[in-house]
Amino acid sequence: MDSKQLYQEVILDHNKRPRNYGNLSDASHRAEGFNPLCGDHIWVSLKIQGDTVEAVHFEGDGCAICKASASMMTTTVKGKTADDAEQLVREFRDMATGKLDTAKDPNHLGRLSVFAGVRDLPSRVKCAILPWHTLHAALSAQSSVSTEGEADPFAAS
Amino acid sequence: MSALRVVSSDQTFDVERIRQDFPILATRVKDKPLVYLDNAASAQMPRPVLDRWVCYHSSEHANIHRAVHHLSEIATAEYDQARRKVQTFINAREDREVIFTRGTTQAINLVAYSFGRAFIGAGDEIIVSALEHHSNIVPWQMLCEEKGAKLRVIPCNDVGELLQDAYAGLFTARTKLVALTHVSNALGTVNPVKDMITLAHSHGVPVLIDGAQAAPHLSVDVQALDCDFYAFSTHKMCGPTGFGALYGKAHLLEKMPPFEGGGDMILSVTFEKTIYNTIPFKFEAGTPPIAAAITFGAAVDYLSGIGMDRIAAHEHALLEHATARFAELDGVRLIGTAKEKAAVLSFVMEGVHPHDAGTLLNDEGVAVRTGHHCAQPVMQRFGVPATVRASFAFYNTHAEVDTLVAAVRKTQKFFA
Repeated sequence: MDSKQLYQEVILDHNKRPRNYGNLSDASHRAEGFNPLCGDHIWVSLKIQGDTVEAVHFEGDGCAICKASASMMTTTVKGKTADDAEQLVREFRDMATGKLDTAKDPNHLGRLSVFAGVRDLPSRVKCAILPWHTLHAALSAQSSVSTEGEADPFAAS
Repeated sequence: MSALRVVSSDQTFDVERIRQDFPILATRVKDKPLVYLDNAASAQMPRPVLDRWVCYHSSEHANIHRAVHHLSEIATAEYDQARRKVQTFINAREDREVIFTRGTTQAINLVAYSFGRAFIGAGDEIIVSALEHHSNIVPWQMLCEEKGAKLRVIPCNDVGELLQDAYAGLFTARTKLVALTHVSNALGTVNPVKDMITLAHSHGVPVLIDGAQAAPHLSVDVQALDCDFYAFSTHKMCGPTGFGALYGKAHLLEKMPPFEGGGDMILSVTFEKTIYNTIPFKFEAGTPPIAAAITFGAAVDYLSGIGMDRIAAHEHALLEHATARFAELDGVRLIGTAKEKAAVLSFVMEGVHPHDAGTLLNDEGVAVRTGHHCAQPVMQRFGVPATVRASFAFYNTHAEVDTLVAAVRKTQKFFA
């Protein structure tokens, strides 16, 4: 696959102008995500009230795939319940690893399906997943996650 | 333009002829010719080396140093011959000063474990540099943690050269070892190791040189350097993966306790007492990668056949061409611009993360490394999370440099 199929306009746009970028000063949950292989390093902060993710921000260094994934994640997750956010984490992971076909299988990913192409670029799967991985850690009140090692909930996938 | 350039001042260096020896260089990626510029990670193997691997397995394979049968005698002779080839290649005084290992990393760990545990104690100090690969940092940190010793770090300047005055100031009565890279894997800086070894010796301190990035590109003479240990890996030298060597001065190796216990490293074993074998066998427990050793011997022959000085000259010409071409590019910053450099270009692109650049360059058939290059302290020193690294070998061409430059431009345009 030509990687330009992966780097669609919406991804390039979110990379250049990331939404919800920066620290959330009144965050209730916060987690750090790190991919030691490529140096992607982000923080996700959440403000959860009741069941609802009222606000979600991210910041850090990452490649275009990672940044766009994080940016689009914040716009998608904002206003959802924590359970719905976790559902999206699972669906996004399954899409990126090729277990979920957005064209056939029922899902809630919507325009996040632009990331489906990473399944053909194994070295980039973790770039796309890292923000979601970090969101999962924040929701479950872990302070930091890495894409490598035993702490990686997706290691076996 | 580049087609009219003189490829090298050495008119007998026929790079196109040399490329014919490397079957993998005919690979096409995304329907474009492969431009392999990840040589600092792993270099490719030429036909004579590949053939040697096959020949060993098809007509010479048996275990060594044991049986008296025909095949074992051939395998043993070839294995021992490989050690002598490596001895000659680095100009060691004796072949028993060459210990075969799994690679540079294991060679350094061997010294950390054996020399380190025997001769470095609480309050002692080990000097490393700011340019080290993780494999020349972490084994020493582990030793320091175990023994209560301290790591001291030689800083570098903004172009990636070690600060020699600061180095001289690090020595104390407690300094027990200097562990220093010959050539930086992340930046390409060639360190003045000969002078640095002389200084260490004036304090009575032995020096280990990480030669992983030097041995494939420079003529290494361990006696002229007077280093106490020199470590390198065969897969960066047109040889197989998972193999390498540690050179050590005989008088030091003899004083050092074994690294691993097992077969081949003993003279006699009873439950009461085991007598260890002499060097180098004392440090080679178990059946070694015999095929890798013999194949590495062929790689050494191949490199010597071309000549390390001619290899260095061609690579230097590539570096000069690449550096000049990169100067034409706006929005690209070279990380590491030392006066003395091996043929490595580490760079960052404005607005383009190295990882994305790596993917886009691959679309043009260009293989580079992106990331921190197992040298996170170097990345921290230069304030970048990662770089793109193009590293050249003697089989690369000026035209491939031009392909890289065009691919970088295309990548910039895509992300503009």
